[in-house]
Order: sequence, then C-alpha cells, then structure tokens
Amino acid sequence: MSTVPEPAAETAAPTAAARPGRETLHYAVRNPKLIIGFTVVVLLLLTGIIGPPLLDNADPNEYVGPQAAPPDGTYWMGTTTFGQDVYAQFVHGLRATFLVGVVGGAIAAVIAMLVGFLAGYRGGAVDEILNMLTNVVLVLPALAVLLIINAYLGVRSVPVQGLFIGLTSWPWAARAIRAQTFSLRTREFVDLARLSGSGTWRIVFREIAPNMSSYLFMMFILLFGGSVLIASSLDFIGLGPTEGVSLGMMLQSAQQWSALQLGMWWWFVPPGAGITAIVGALYVANVGLDEVFNPKLREA
Amino acid sequence: MRRYFARKLLIYALTFVVAVTVNWMIPRFMPGDPVAAMVARARVSQPEAVEAMRAYYNDLFGFDEPVWQQYLHFWGALLQGDFGLSIWVFPKPVADVLLDALPYTLGLMIPSVLLSWFVGNWAGALAARRKVLDNTVLPAGYLLTAMPYMWIAVILAWALGSKAGWFPLSGGYSLDIQPTWSTAFAVDLLQHWVLPFLSLFLVALGGWAIGMRNMIIYELESDYSSYLSALGAPQRLIRRYAFRNAVLPQITGLALQLGVLVAGALVTEIVFAYPGLGSLILAAIQNQDFFLLQGAFLFIVIGVLIANFLIDIVYVVVDPRTRTGMAGGQS
Repeated sequence: MSTVPEPAAETAAPTAAARPGRETLHYAVRNPKLIIGFTVVVLLLLTGIIGPPLLDNADPNEYVGPQAAPPDGTYWMGTTTFGQDVYAQFVHGLRATFLVGVVGGAIAAVIAMLVGFLAGYRGGAVDEILNMLTNVVLVLPALAVLLIINAYLGVRSVPVQGLFIGLTSWPWAARAIRAQTFSLRTREFVDLARLSGSGTWRIVFREIAPNMSSYLFMMFILLFGGSVLIASSLDFIGLGPTEGVSLGMMLQSAQQWSALQLGMWWWFVPPGAGITAIVGALYVANVGLDEVFNPKLREA
Repeated sequence: MRRYFARKLLIYALTFVVAVTVNWMIPRFMPGDPVAAMVARARVSQPEAVEAMRAYYNDLFGFDEPVWQQYLHFWGALLQGDFGLSIWVFPKPVADVLLDALPYTLGLMIPSVLLSWFVGNWAGALAARRKVLDNTVLPAGYLLTAMPYMWIAVILAWALGSKAGWFPLSGGYSLDIQPTWSTAFAVDLLQHWVLPFLSLFLVALGGWAIGMRNMIIYELESDYSSYLSALGAPQRLIRRYAFRNAVLPQITGLALQLGVLVAGALVTEIVFAYPGLGSLILAAIQNQDFFLLQGAFLFIVIGVLIANFLIDIVYVVVDPRTRTGMAGGQS
C-alpha cells in the first residue's frame, strides 16, 4: 500500500487537484491508521465481491461437506452441523453486511443532512420543529423499534433491513450537522451568496456543505459501522433476511444449534471476527481521516 | 432550570406518544394479516372453528370499530396496565410475564452500564497524553467498541465457560436449585451473572475510554489549561479541571448510548439464555407472540425514558450552568 507514497502524491496533482486536495492526499498516504483501516476494509470487500463467484456452489446454505468438520484444506473454515461450508457462508455474509452498511448508512446520512442543514440554516420555527423530531427519534431505542417493524414484515430482505435501520439511526448525525451549519451560516461568504439571490438549497449545497465535506464523509463512515452492528443484532435475534445468509445470521444459527456447547469454534469465530474487523477498521480509518483533515491533530 | 426540565419532559412525553402510536399502527397497517397468521398457527381444520377464532381475534383487537376508536381503546387499556394476554404462556397477562423478567435485565444492565462508564472514563483520562498507556488503551478501546455484543458474549462463554469451566454457560440459575432467599441460591445466581455482566461491561468500556481520552486532550489544549500551566499550576490540578469539563459530554453520551446498551443487553441475554427481557423477546418472535413483543417494546421505551430523565437530573447536579439558566446542557 504505502510502498510508493511520494509518486502517488505527485501523480494526483495534475488532474485538476487544487493545492488543498493535494495536501490532503500527501498526509493521507502517510497516515498509518488510515492505511491500515482502509486496507482491511478493502480486503474484506474484495473477499465479499470475488469470493462467491469462485465457489463451486451458488447457494451458501447447501449441505455440501462432512458434518461438523473442523477447518481443513477443502473447507477452509470447517463445516456446520449440517455440512454447510462455513467459508461459503462467510463470503456471502460479507456481501450482505457491506450492503446493509451502505444502504443504512446512506439513507441515514441523507435524512441527517436534510434535517440538519434545514434546521441549522433556517433556524426559527423550522429549527424548533425539526429539533423536536430529532430529539424524539433520538430517545426512541432504535433496536426496539426495528424489532417491532421486522417482526411484522412477512418477507425480509437486506435492502429493506438497511432502509429501516437508516430511518431510525440518523438523529445524532442530524444534530451534529445542525450545529456545524449553525456556525457556518453567519460567515461572510454565506451572506454574499444570500445577497446575490441564491435559494436555501443552493446555498446549503454550494456554500455550506463543501466546507464540511470531510466532516460529512466521516459521519457516513460512523453511520455505516453503526448500521452493520445493528443489523447483526437483528439477524442474531432471528429477524434477519428471510433468504440468504449474513454474518449475523451465521452467529444466530451457531447459537441455535449449540455450536458453543459442541465446541465448534470455527462456526462462531469467523462471522464475529468479520464484523469486528469491518467496524473496527472503519473506526481506525476514521481517526486517521480526522488527523488528515484536521491539522491540529497531526502531530501526536 | 424549570424551563430545562419542562422541555425535557415535553420531549419524553412526545416520545412516549410516538412509541405507543407506532406500536398501535404497525400491526394494523403493515402488509399482511396478523389475524390470519394467528389463526393459521393454531392449525384448526374445521371452517366453523376458523370463523370463530377469526371473530374472536377481530373482537380482541377491536378491528370492527372505527380506527380512531381503536386507537383510544388502545390507550385506555394501556393506561390501566393492560398489555393483553401472552400467547406463548397463554393465559398469563403480558405485563406479569414482563415484570417477572425485568429484575434480571435490570440486574445485568445497571451494574454493567455504570461500572463500564466509570472505569472507561477513568482509563481514558489516565491514557490521555501518556504515550505508553495511550498506545495500549486506544487500540484495545477500538477493538472492544467494534465487537458485536453477542460475539464477545459467545467468545467469553467459550473461553471461560466451556474451555476453562469456571462459569456456567446458560440460564439465570441452576435448574436443580429452588429460587429462594438462601446463600446457596445467591451464590448460584451470582455465578450465572458473571459472564453476561462481563461481556456487557467490556464492550461498553472501550467506547467510554476513547471518548474520555479525546475529551481530555481537547480540554488540555484549551485556553484555561494553557493559562493554568503558564501560572505554574501542577499538572495534577490542570488534569482535575480538565476532567470535570470532559465528564459533561460523557454524561450526555450515556443518554445517547442507552438504546445501544439496551440492544446489547438483549442479545447478550439470548447468548446466555439469561431469563430477562431479551430471552422473552426471542421466545415471542419464535412463537409469533405479538402481544408479548409489543409489551416488551413499550417496557424498553419506558425504561429508556426513565433512565434519560435520571441522567438529566444528574446533569443538572454536575453542571452548575444549567441551574442558573445559563448556556450548557441545552440538548
């Protein structure tokens, strides 16, 4: 990854990158936290993308191997009590996990931005109402709401799961964006834009959002990680997607069929390690990003 | 201060109304027919019996009344503490089933949440700006917060329960012992409590430590810290001042984290088959006991609201600015 940091920074320069962008890249390729976190996430993502097509079987839940076999050359992560290939489930599960993270994180980020920008920029009565809404959703325990919704959903799928997670997990981000917008809206360049007759959304997206783009990106990463964790809890309680497999559902079936009591560690260690690796790497990369964007934090 | 509490209470009241409304709406407006599902679950074959059951359930939910009346009835029943009857343990009222499980969940959550908050803040404050400690606390903290609750529970159960054999793997107490007020039972109860407690404690610990570390560093960089050290104040004193300021966002953070902590407790209980709300929710889902599930939802919401209110009171005690009606704690 970091073998050729110097040229990497140079080659990016000519492509319309102004000085700030180049500087960001300069620090980005030299930040070990960012590189390690980013590498882990990309490796797992690639495993999720490339892994499934390389398997002999399209269905990860098919009974293919010997029953309850520990890891060996053929079945890299062993098999379940029923002879399902744990590795096959793992690579398919990674896909579901990334998908729920992207869908949930994106929906939450969009709602958070709409609410946060509007409340922070407009202020007054709009702010009061949106703030009240944010506080109410913030206090409601997300998982409990998701339990009720998912229990009544007849057919559950990963995107729908992501949708509902997104709909319940935006409040803290909306609050943070509101606070940032609040401090930006009295700056001269925003006043100038207002004087030149720009509308609310034009000012928000042309003047305010670009000034906090790094912040928005880091917020998305945290929302992504949060979605992955909530989804895994839902899956574990038995409200995962009705079809297919996810890392949380692997943990759930390991629990349901007493892998623990039978000592089948290869069944419950990989899925949890996968989730921990994705979320942990994202958090660490996020700290790295923070150091890249915020000069104050660079020298420790 | 009165304004502060009035505002908070208004938000909590609104949240409760929203929660009850969601609880009422979802079974009625979700695609699918819960009555049909419940009738189908009973596996009766005679058409007359099916009709009778259908009529019974329709009457029970009040589906033949106008919608607004159903909604008012729902509130009426709720305010009288009537959550309906459980289907899983049939004739028992849902409220009783939940109240039986509640002590286990609270007994697990309150100590683990409070202890992890205190220990985490202490560890984070120590680690800030101390190279060696920081390099161990920070990675460990990130690893712990990234772990799904149920996974750390499974790993602990496997390592300390299954392999080492130190603690029992499941249940709230051994099956061969009667729940009575005796030391033998208390010891047994404690043994079953240790592992679920430990897993809840560990996951939450990481987040608090990281948060506190970052806050302390931020405070140590602020003007009052520089001023104090310019005056020649000892490092200990500056750190004490920083700690008092850094603890405020951590208290707000505790309120924000409540939902996540409850979720963690629920899945941890499922791993250990601990007889609290989490195991009840699992049973309710497996047995399609929607009354029990909805009752559990309301219990959790009420619990979270009460906890939020308690944290608000603590905040007022800790932060003098809220008492004099100045800025701060306006969340």
